[in-house]
Amino acid sequence: MVVVALLIIVPRLPGWESVQRSFFNGEIFATTFPKLLSAFVLDLKILAWTTPAVLALSLLVALARGARSPALFPLKAFAVAFTDVFRGIPTILVITLIGFGVPTGLSLPRPWNSPLLWGSVALTLSYSAYVAEIIRGGIDGVHESQRAAARSIGMTSGQTMRSIVLPLAFRGIVPPMMNSFISLQKDVALISLLGPVEVLRRAGIEQSRFFNFTPYVGAAVIFLAVTIPATRAADWLMARQRRRTGGTLIT
Amino acid sequence: MRRSLLTPLAAVGLLAGGTLFAACGGDDDGDAGDGDDASVDCDNPPTVSDGVLTIATGEPAFPPYVIDDDPTNKQGFEAAVAYAVAGELGFSDDQVTWVRTGFDEVIAPGGKNFDFNLQQYTITDERAEVVDFSAPYYTAAQAVFGYEDSPAAGASSVEDLKALRIGVARGTTSLTYVEDVIDPDQDIFVYDDNADAKAALDADQIDAIVSDLPTALYITAVEIEGTTVFGQIEGSGTDEFGLLLAKDNPLTECVDQAIAALDDSGELDAITQEWMSDWTEAPVISS
Repeated sequence: MVVVALLIIVPRLPGWESVQRSFFNGEIFATTFPKLLSAFVLDLKILAWTTPAVLALSLLVALARGARSPALFPLKAFAVAFTDVFRGIPTILVITLIGFGVPTGLSLPRPWNSPLLWGSVALTLSYSAYVAEIIRGGIDGVHESQRAAARSIGMTSGQTMRSIVLPLAFRGIVPPMMNSFISLQKDVALISLLGPVEVLRRAGIEQSRFFNFTPYVGAAVIFLAVTIPATRAADWLMARQRRRTGGTLIT
Repeated sequence: MRRSLLTPLAAVGLLAGGTLFAACGGDDDGDAGDGDDASVDCDNPPTVSDGVLTIATGEPAFPPYVIDDDPTNKQGFEAAVAYAVAGELGFSDDQVTWVRTGFDEVIAPGGKNFDFNLQQYTITDERAEVVDFSAPYYTAAQAVFGYEDSPAAGASSVEDLKALRIGVARGTTSLTYVEDVIDPDQDIFVYDDNADAKAALDADQIDAIVSDLPTALYITAVEIEGTTVFGQIEGSGTDEFGLLLAKDNPLTECVDQAIAALDDSGELDAITQEWMSDWTEAPVISS
């Protein structure tokens, strides 16, 4: 009802003409959309190599953080420091500091000083700090009785973690992980600070060229085209898993 | 129900009434300027101080526009242009006085304490709504600059630039120029501002930066040590500099005539060549 009302009322509002010209201009949309798409390929590439990197690093940090053995204390301390530092510093700063600072400080030759490389490293470090905490929350959420049961049948702590705790932990944290993944997809745009032209930067360039905001709307459409199916896929996976583990219809 | 409808209705009514009044007020202002369209006597141009031409520039004023921050020496591109225009208007050198202003504060409506102001003001439509601009006295070419050991040093044509990794600042005419004309083989890197582009130069992530010549000259002379302008690209002019005057100043017409005269006689070209090419030693890169 509300959507229908909006669709009917909004075009009749007095300012609509100029809003449409500025934000929903069909001609400019058609001209700029192909350029936005090819810039988006860069976003996808960066996403493709940072997502597994973030998962791997955050898992290591979460495991180090949750280490119970006193012998592993230095590792635990390192993990705590890592999380504090990279959650505390805004991602934009981490990217600028590492993306420009490391190649300059180490005088790296090309291609090792590439802003794509160090920007991705910075993004990975920053996001791993957040995702590590999510995974740690998931691990803590697994009831202690699971570990006790595993220990009682003779599994080592390594085996327990790998076969029992982690699978259970991950099941519980799919929504926050999906949050992080979508957030990462958008923060990939921060790499444009280091020079490479990805979709948001390209939208900004076209906006300056045409004095029109439609390219930004185009970029938003492209982002939604990826995030919405990703979210629905995650929802479907969770529903399937709930069915398989005997979920009930009790509301 | 009735009482809660009354307040929003009253608010809307007030807003509508207020807008109507504001619109009426706007119309009145338009009339004031039209009265003085009678032609101005350019042999006796109207100035803020009788018998004296007051010219303004920036504080401090940089080379190559003003040398040693002293425009009375007539050294520097804008110092030379200012005295040339003053001469055309009928003022001798000792009838010229200088004042200093900031850059932004002057681009505002209202009277000025100078007759005209020159500090590399680019003529734009938005600015022209609140101040008057003379006819352009300079068109800024695109220039390439970077650290002295860059592979861009010694580039003599646009072809030489194609193989380089080029950086530009976003939202500039330089970006359009690099994309459309230079069309380098490697992707162009775009930065929020010249400070970030400089960081990229330091990290050797780019070989050179393309910007308009005035900006390039300023950055290489003042902001980043060890950089130099490799050249200015011929035929790449975009931004135009104009003298800034108060809005609807009758002197604007006289200044336009002066600039046209200097242009016709070739004196403007000579001044430009002397200060913007020879003095800066920015060689021309053929396009």
